[in-house]
Amino acid sequence: MATLPPSVGRRSRNWIPGAKGVLWIGLLAPVFILGDRIFLFGRLTGGDFVDDPVELIQHWTGNTALILLLVGLASTPLRRLMGWHWTIRFRRLVGLFAFFYATLHVVSWFVFDHQLALNPIIEDVLERNWILVGMLSWLLLIPLALTSTSGWIRRLGGKKWNRLHQLVYPVAALGVLHFLWQTKLLERDPVLYSAALVLLLGVRWLVRKK
Amino acid sequence: MPRNQHPHPSEVTPESIYMDRRSFIKRASVAGIGGSLIAGGVWARQKNAPRVEGTFDDDLTPWETVTGYNNFYEFGTGKGDPKKNAQDFRTDPWAIEVTGEVSEERVFSFDELVDGLDIEERIYRMRCVEGWSMVVPWNGFMLKDLIERLGPTEDANYVEFTTLMDRRQMPGQNSPVLPWPYVEALRMDEAMHPLTILVTGVYGKKLPPQNGAPIRLIVPWKYGFKGAKSIVKIRFTKRQPRTTWNEAIPREYGFYANVNPEVDHPRWSQATERRLGEFFRRDTLMYNGYEEVASLYDGMDLQRYF
Ligand code: HEM
Repeated sequence: MATLPPSVGRRSRNWIPGAKGVLWIGLLAPVFILGDRIFLFGRLTGGDFVDDPVELIQHWTGNTALILLLVGLASTPLRRLMGWHWTIRFRRLVGLFAFFYATLHVVSWFVFDHQLALNPIIEDVLERNWILVGMLSWLLLIPLALTSTSGWIRRLGGKKWNRLHQLVYPVAALGVLHFLWQTKLLERDPVLYSAALVLLLGVRWLVRKK
Repeated sequence: MPRNQHPHPSEVTPESIYMDRRSFIKRASVAGIGGSLIAGGVWARQKNAPRVEGTFDDDLTPWETVTGYNNFYEFGTGKGDPKKNAQDFRTDPWAIEVTGEVSEERVFSFDELVDGLDIEERIYRMRCVEGWSMVVPWNGFMLKDLIERLGPTEDANYVEFTTLMDRRQMPGQNSPVLPWPYVEALRMDEAMHPLTILVTGVYGKKLPPQNGAPIRLIVPWKYGFKGAKSIVKIRFTKRQPRTTWNEAIPREYGFYANVNPEVDHPRWSQATERRLGEFFRRDTLMYNGYEEVASLYDGMDLQRYF
């Protein structure tokens, strides 16, 4: 399944390190915006008065994590369909930040909703489908984040590593399901995420058949 | 008195709204309204309001939040949507139809309906079924006073409230998220309870459209969704009316919807709540702390009639 990128001269990839720097800034931006809105009342980045900071933290980090997961998933279709092989260079970083935001999301729930009390946490996870699903999604992300270094790719070998990292599909699907299940009514955002997920999986499946 | 039961207004009001309060008190006294204390559950703001023993950590929720963080799906499902989409909402003229089991069925203008009723300030906790809460200084009158004036018949066992249906002004009604128009209802004894009020103002100001202008229901021991907004119809009925959320998702939203930390929502616990603006959750109180209503439900299985 691994399509080799066409050989490209060294020179033409010089832009990649610079782009990575920009990407780092972009990937950290959500956490700065969040901090600004909560602690500086949006003085730097604007935004409305925050009525419920914890809700904002949870929605903001949850959405960012899910969006980054889906962006990461778009890499393969983009390579196959558009020939944008460079996307693979950024995929691991995007995935790592998906984990970063998912972890902020989950930790904010541990701390603010449960003040780290273990029993209520376990109870909530077991009693509520949408939390259980979120928890599974996050737990499955952990091994992916841990093995995201080049060292681990070498250690596992590309094939094994790739197979392990297929887990990102269930992770994203569980993340979407987590959102779908928590809303009272069918709301727009979870439907959009579901559509994006189906589209990405569909494209992938179609391209693979060829 | 149990800790944390009743919000006490004296020291907690932010400076910025103090002036509002003063002007309200002036207006209220001109109208000949003394502050009254009802069943120990209500604080009417008055200069000489008695100090109450105990600790109170029920600060008023700031005006920005009370008027900017709203569930009013007629104007959109986001918490900020009502404020954004309701600004041009027209509440004048406003007609309210009184119908059903009542001595005289007729249509009142807003002014006719509320004419002569005692508007007082009530500081109530508001607990949303979603697990957040506020403390709000409403201005309104006892529903009981209105009902007595309207004169329901012997057969009136319930009162039903209907929100305006107007797709042009209420964009949310164009989407089928709920079966429109929004309808809520109370059992007659609940409606006659002195804690139950119809609200026409908040923070001493005219009720903003996003909070349900010009007139809405507040039942402080029930989840917020019972408080029908922008009411255009009051109907007295013999049988229990259908109510909107109960009809939409009966498993999750009951007719009674009394705040009860022991009865969980299927998707979350109701044992705790987050007071808007705070980081940690606090315990939810039975009947939202208004325990004086408990006798209304004597002998009822609250797990079943949630
Ligand atoms: C133990 C694991 C998790 C827990 C306990 C958890 C908990 C929560 C909570 C409490 C909310 C807010 C619900 C509300 O305010 O109504 C939420 C929303 C959300 N979570 Fe999670 N979550 C978990 C894992 C995840 C993961 C791994 C992802 C992403 C892949 C994720 C994505 C989201 C999204 C997108 C939302 C919706 C935000 C919105 O309403 O706009 N969650 N989650």
